[in-house]
Amino acid sequence: MKKDNLIISKKKFNSRLIVGTGKYKSMTECARAIDISGADIVTVAVRRVNISDKKKPLLMDYIDPKKITYLPNTAGCFNSDEALRTLRLAREIGGWKLVKLEVLGDKKNLFPEMIETLKSTEILTKEGFKVMVYCNDDPLMAKRLENVGAAAIMPLAAPIGSGLGILNKVNIQIIRDQTKLPLIIDAGLGQASDATIAMELGCDGVLVNTAIAKAKKPFEMAKAFKNAVIAGRQSFLSGRIEKKLMGSPSSPKKGII
Amino acid sequence: MKKKIKIKINGKINKIYDKTKLSDLIKNLKVPLKKVAIELNKEIVDKKKLNKINLKVNDKIEIVHFIGGG
Repeated sequence: MKKDNLIISKKKFNSRLIVGTGKYKSMTECARAIDISGADIVTVAVRRVNISDKKKPLLMDYIDPKKITYLPNTAGCFNSDEALRTLRLAREIGGWKLVKLEVLGDKKNLFPEMIETLKSTEILTKEGFKVMVYCNDDPLMAKRLENVGAAAIMPLAAPIGSGLGILNKVNIQIIRDQTKLPLIIDAGLGQASDATIAMELGCDGVLVNTAIAKAKKPFEMAKAFKNAVIAGRQSFLSGRIEKKLMGSPSSPKKGII
Repeated sequence: MKKKIKIKINGKINKIYDKTKLSDLIKNLKVPLKKVAIELNKEIVDKKKLNKINLKVNDKIEIVHFIGGG
């Protein structure tokens, strides 16, 4: 059987689960959860170095960027200029070209500011970045992102960190049907079954942070998400049965006593 | 004695000697160069050319790295 890899900008990844590295109690906990999740890609944020406290642990000392693909994100950016500045700096740290663009529009609901997002996607793509774009679940906007060169479409399931699961399956399905680009559900998942649903809708992957990091048992939840993504993908590839209104017995009628 | 000047590093005011080389400042701060990116007055600095930059009054330096995030 052909290996079922996740392919983003011609790069192959074994796991279809991408995990965030935020909100963990410690770097050790974060590193272990990532290991258990089996993820090949982790999202990371760009922030100021703490120069007064040099003993503060560094992420790179716990998660080896040679073994796990770092996906720098622009979390916390509210306009195109901030996002561009952040990703240009990320590229400077070590040549990262595959990036996650996230331009937020509202501090409370954290929905993406799509006009700024579209503008940034176009500029970054022209600068040679491979841009995976956090976006809302609007098929028209997803199309426009594709047209300006996005490397992956990453619609939200629900607001970031909300744990509500996929709120608009129909939109996700419409986006799936219209694009051949990697489609990755980003944000809003709450439990493992949400990831299965995303995969069964035909998504290429899911990105999870809070649901694992803030679970009562993050390591167990990391494992659950790993299995859920695999299950959902297998289910999708297996071709589900048609939905019917009436019953159809599983045992043959012939030979009933 | 050499003149001291005020510069900003990651938003905080620092006093350094005038014309300190950026490479020396980074060395003194014990920042792991391979794991950071440096911006001088909003322009990204080529890490190979740090010893060619002499800092001057009111320079704004940003030193960033990767931390956990979603």
